[in-house]
Amino acid sequence: MSACTAGIDVGSTYTKAVVLGPDHAILGRALRPTGFQLARVAEETLAAAAREAGLAPAEVAYTVATGFGRHQVKVGDVKVTDLTAAARGATLLFPGTRTVLDVGGQTMKASRLGEGAKVRSFRLNDKCAAGTGAFVEKTARYMGYGTEEIGPLVATSKAPVAISGVCAVFAESEVINHLSQGSAPADIMHGAIVSLVGRSVQLMKRVGMEPEFTLTGGILRFERMAHVIREQLGAAVNVPAGDLVQYTAALGAALLGQRRLAQLAAQPA
Amino acid sequence: MSYAAGVDVGSTQTKAVIVDEARRIVARALTSTGANVTRAAEESFAEALRAANLEEEEVEYVVGTGYGRYRVTFGNTQVTEISCHGRGAVQMFPATRTVVDMGGQDTKAIRVSPGGEIQDFCMNDKCAAGTGRFLGAAASALDIPLERLGQRALEGERAVKITTTCTVFAESEVLSWLGRGKKIEDILLGVHQSIAARSAGLARRVGIEQEVTFTGGVAKNVAMVRTLTEALGVPVNVGDDSHFMGALGAALFALDHVLAARTPARTAP
Repeated sequence: MSACTAGIDVGSTYTKAVVLGPDHAILGRALRPTGFQLARVAEETLAAAAREAGLAPAEVAYTVATGFGRHQVKVGDVKVTDLTAAARGATLLFPGTRTVLDVGGQTMKASRLGEGAKVRSFRLNDKCAAGTGAFVEKTARYMGYGTEEIGPLVATSKAPVAISGVCAVFAESEVINHLSQGSAPADIMHGAIVSLVGRSVQLMKRVGMEPEFTLTGGILRFERMAHVIREQLGAAVNVPAGDLVQYTAALGAALLGQRRLAQLAAQPA
Repeated sequence: MSYAAGVDVGSTQTKAVIVDEARRIVARALTSTGANVTRAAEESFAEALRAANLEEEEVEYVVGTGYGRYRVTFGNTQVTEISCHGRGAVQMFPATRTVVDMGGQDTKAIRVSPGGEIQDFCMNDKCAAGTGRFLGAAASALDIPLERLGQRALEGERAVKITTTCTVFAESEVLSWLGRGKKIEDILLGVHQSIAARSAGLARRVGIEQEVTFTGGVAKNVAMVRTLTEALGVPVNVGDDSHFMGALGAALFALDHVLAARTPARTAP
């Protein structure tokens, strides 16, 4: 029996799953839009990740569920908070991590870690879209761009346009104003990212941030986001390579599964 | 006969009202504001002139109000929408002491003196929570025309408690309740209650004194009238012209100028 574990992160926008081998190698991963049938999507995502690892879902020895929807899904032998899972994932990828910033579609979380990747202090915003990926997504939509076009678009920006509004709804009129005054969509997009980063840095300050900083969440796929954070912090930041930024919490959950398996094995039957 | 006009350029709709010297409304017009604010103002004024069968020269004074009031290029002067809503509401319901104005992008609570002077006001202008946009988000999530939203909500029996603050997230909350099997009517009733609670909170900050007059485009929504009445704990006045209250107030200020110009100038003592 392979001692593979799985982590599943049921986020507000996407559900992510990672299958992890005993040597902590990522064997499979999968991502699906969460939608409103959380239980079914979770099972599908998990099965897809297992398939990529060459396993049947039943061959996964232990599954840990995390994310906002973790209590609404049946999968998972145990559930852990997203903060714990992201801390573990970030520390596996970057062992020196002391501060984690996770920018999701509908939440933004900052946490400061102590020894052993324990969360010492955290702050989150899930009340207002101004401090989440939704702000950037909405701004793109007002200009007719899809989420996947944000990265390439903002890469061509020369200088950010200052976005003064807070509300993601009111941003629509501001975006239209800037467009009608001749600002380039790329520069407006850049401005939206600068505004979001300003909020991220405030949140990190409130947890008493310390280096190293590790950034996670889907929006970090856009290189400019990390770049602006680096500028505003005046410090280096760790960003998981490629798509892995979206899987940090799922990875951490799978890692907790491995630890749990080891504990179970150590116990007398 | 002398005439005066008010043009209220709102975030969503532009309203124009023409009054005669007896303060009677002789014409009203409504157009959507769109991207070209100046043109929307011109169009709605032109439409009101046609409806009143008047030539532009016959209207002696025009006051612009609303967020786009400085773009009413043909206006003689501008007055804030706070003053105009207060003035309009007192004209319609002379015992008005508190005005709750719900528009497309903002909600205001205004306390007026018995003479119609503004004593205090409070508004949300930073965030779309608790404004007409929140209803718009629910309408689009459920694919129900905005005009029918109120009627459907009144059919609700057990309101679903909406926990989202942000209008951006409201859409997903509405869909997630639907996914969990709640009735559309119950969800809609919950949405209206949530906006009513937020608006009543604003009104409490200026002090609720009877009578309360409910103005703005959202006052046409029957469920909003009922839930606001419940949230405030006192009855509210709603007139057929609640939508035009800002424009009416502006027209009355314009009429003041017309009538003042007629009185012979006094010489300094």
